[in-house]
Amino acid sequence: MASTRIGERTRNGVGESVRRVDGVPKVKGSFLYGSDLWHEHMLWGATLRSPHPHARIRAITIGEALASPGVHAVLTHEDVPGKKTHGLEFADQPVLPWDRVLYAGQPVAIVAAETPELARRAAARIRVDYEVLPAVLDMVEALDPDAPRLHEWGNVLRHVHVEHGDPGAEAEVWVEGYYETGMQDQAPLGPEAGLAIPAEDGGVDLIVSTQWLHVDRLQIAPVLNLPQDMVRITLAGVGGAFGSREDLHMQIHACMLALHTGRPVKMSYGREESFLAHVHRHPSRVWMRTGATREGELVNVRARVVIDGGAFASSSPAVIGNATTFLAGPYEVPNALLEGTAVYTNNPPCGAMRGFGAPQVCFAHEGQMDELAARLGMDPVELRLRNAVRTGSILPTGQVVRGSAPVREVIERCRAVPMPDPPEPSVLRPRMSFPGGAGNVGHGEGLKHGVGFAAGYKNVAYSEGFDDFHEAKVTLSRTPSGPVAEVHTAGVECGQGFSTVITQVARTELGIDGVVLHTADTQVDSAGSTSASRQTFMGGGAVQLACRAVAEQLFDRARGRLSLEGELSLEGGRVLADGLPVAEVADLLEEPIAAVRTFHHRPTEHLDAKGQGDVHVMFAFGAQRAVVEVDEDLGLVRVVQLASVLDAGKAVNPQGVEGQSEGGAAQGLGLALMEEIQLRDGAIANASFTDYLIPTTLDMPEVVTEIVEDPEPGVPYGAKGIGEMSTIVATPAIVAAIRDATGRRLNRAPVRPDQVAGLDEPVPAPEWPPVPEVPGQDPVPSYFGAELGQSALGKKPDAGA
Amino acid sequence: MLIRVNVNGEWREADAWPGESLLFVLREELGLPGSKNACEQGECGSCSVWLDGELVCSCLVLAAQAHEREVRTVEGLADGDRLHPVQEAFLEAGAVQCGFCTPGLVVAVTDLLEHDPSPDELTVREALSGNLCRCTGYEKILDAVEVAARRKREGVW
Repeated sequence: MASTRIGERTRNGVGESVRRVDGVPKVKGSFLYGSDLWHEHMLWGATLRSPHPHARIRAITIGEALASPGVHAVLTHEDVPGKKTHGLEFADQPVLPWDRVLYAGQPVAIVAAETPELARRAAARIRVDYEVLPAVLDMVEALDPDAPRLHEWGNVLRHVHVEHGDPGAEAEVWVEGYYETGMQDQAPLGPEAGLAIPAEDGGVDLIVSTQWLHVDRLQIAPVLNLPQDMVRITLAGVGGAFGSREDLHMQIHACMLALHTGRPVKMSYGREESFLAHVHRHPSRVWMRTGATREGELVNVRARVVIDGGAFASSSPAVIGNATTFLAGPYEVPNALLEGTAVYTNNPPCGAMRGFGAPQVCFAHEGQMDELAARLGMDPVELRLRNAVRTGSILPTGQVVRGSAPVREVIERCRAVPMPDPPEPSVLRPRMSFPGGAGNVGHGEGLKHGVGFAAGYKNVAYSEGFDDFHEAKVTLSRTPSGPVAEVHTAGVECGQGFSTVITQVARTELGIDGVVLHTADTQVDSAGSTSASRQTFMGGGAVQLACRAVAEQLFDRARGRLSLEGELSLEGGRVLADGLPVAEVADLLEEPIAAVRTFHHRPTEHLDAKGQGDVHVMFAFGAQRAVVEVDEDLGLVRVVQLASVLDAGKAVNPQGVEGQSEGGAAQGLGLALMEEIQLRDGAIANASFTDYLIPTTLDMPEVVTEIVEDPEPGVPYGAKGIGEMSTIVATPAIVAAIRDATGRRLNRAPVRPDQVAGLDEPVPAPEWPPVPEVPGQDPVPSYFGAELGQSALGKKPDAGA
Repeated sequence: MLIRVNVNGEWREADAWPGESLLFVLREELGLPGSKNACEQGECGSCSVWLDGELVCSCLVLAAQAHEREVRTVEGLADGDRLHPVQEAFLEAGAVQCGFCTPGLVVAVTDLLEHDPSPDELTVREALSGNLCRCTGYEKILDAVEVAARRKREGVW
């Protein structure tokens, strides 16, 4: 693996594949996740959830539940101490509903009892008198003016309109397509869990598995009617997140029960409840017309995307912003009209999941590129190379790609990855190697083979004017084993390797081996969310700034004691002057040195009424090639190989980048072949790992990863984020390979066996839905006045650097 | 009901409700949360332990069934600070991300290699197909199995 060592005497610094700093407790089973927490005298919480997608609550009767054995509290909306709603972008979601439920699975009442079983039994004894209301369960029907209005401001969550060049421009060749993706679940293995402990000062301490401590607190404190500093949050171990922990789950409920009972309260969801309790990947429908010259130059893209936001907003406004602005793909398109709408329905809420709007539209634009290549008789990879964006390209939003954009290198290196060996004759192969072989269903008869290719891109960090800053505190002190840097940020380690990355940064910047990480908590300021592929860049940037401030103070001390000239630097535990050692760092540390610094990315703009603006901070690109074999009679697919090339800017921890590439590909494979939440009358019908299938060792092929390092100017080490790219491109590459093998037009992910076998036709393209008449870009927050969710953090004035 | 179980070589007692799983008693009564609660219906393997030497999902075993029997959990693998070679291989190969599936996989891989130190790739994939991982895509877990198997054959363990 290509990697650059910065500072030869500093081991395990930036650019090296280093062991995880949290690895030992994780392999020993001693790493404590939210569900592992325990406290003396603690109670267990349980939640009663709505069975109906839309119903009026006539009455809630808690007497029988409250009288049940071991029960200490049964709380409803009447017991919410302060603000009645919460929400990530705006507060449209009731803590506990008072008049209506808007999705099946919505929390209605909560219980605290001596054991989890007693709490569950008591919750089942709460009587709720519902009047079932007509539900809106289809995302396009939600746009019908006659559909029931789910919120007083209507069913349109956000509409985005992007107009670029001359959207009426004619082209020599047009291809038209319609694409759908299903509702995917993040399915992190660790369930939502945490422990709330009432404090003597009337506040509460919450230990919880989450993705962003401060946005949790921003929502929790007003509901509890407490000032922010009386809600103290500490991160518990996070058993995977992938977007699912951005929205609140048990946080407020556990705090309410703890404050009400005066006892610590633990809540830990089982798998079924986990499916009900977190947001999902938005199902999508995309209509697209792509126009080009006969030589294969893109001329015009006219497209419409609708995503189902479900009952509450969550992060849908930002997701539709991404989906619409990325709708034409990583290609130069001189003319475009891109329209995107996120709607409210009575389906379960959808929000952040790895890729955040990009996977849905990548499935569509890559399907179109293949259709166009076929129409023109061109090689599909050549068509992509011909149109790929580069530094200086203008995107449909008018944004100029300023940073690194090695799209051609990414595509070419992906194409050049050696193909897998051709398959042996079926009679010589072990049964397990066939599609369906593990279940003794497939015997390798009449296998067809196919190759598919996809390219894509995504923004890194938050967009559209948001300042998702990250604060870090670094303290350098002397210990018997040498100088040690303590690094304290509220950045969340979800498993992707953030803790290891900031440890590498501190080692590199301070030239020492000893780095100790504090547990993430709210004693430092916000770190922003661990999402949007942003923490390596933002957290790495904050720790770099703080380390450099510490180093400056250390240099001042050195200069005050020794007559030093020249440029000072740190390496191997020593201060160097013009590269020669002049002092031991430890000798300068009779008093520790500390610095707090805040890292901000460059400011971005909002979209204007024509969808124009410099909205994204920077872009990461990726490509994937899938090789599949298909048992067409059975409709079963085995992916043989995935070649994954990622544009990392700079791989801070190459082994970690590979891990993101491989794991991200697995989630993209899931969306291509097997993962979909099945809704029956708005309720999740497959809320278990028996019925919602995620890829196993038998589903995953070899993943060959290559990393392109073309540093992004102006960011620490030139490192972009790579957490999401592989997921985005895997799905279209795999479905393209199945199309190649079968010759069928497959326009829906996940592909179902009946479609592969040709028993089901492609999903018919409905009429293009109407464009909602919404003034401006962002209709909803005005109904909430100043009660904006996370933007209150994003607009915070500069706290440091 | 009072249950007596030998856990990692030590006889322990727990007062369990008859409906409680071995997983719940290990985690909540005996202070051994290393076995994980990801699905609690035998689909994910995160709670894998040995019951009288046999690999089981502890969520599918009633605590009462373990009465007077021997249970070995992930906590019993390392010797103090000295990791078990399978644990070491997971760290070396980069097979750990969020880590929630890791204890179950470490147990399952140890069981596999204790029975067969030279499994071919398909055998490994089949043996581990009951252990779900959502982070890694399994590539580096398979690498870890290779590293640990080689050391097993070399007599390191």
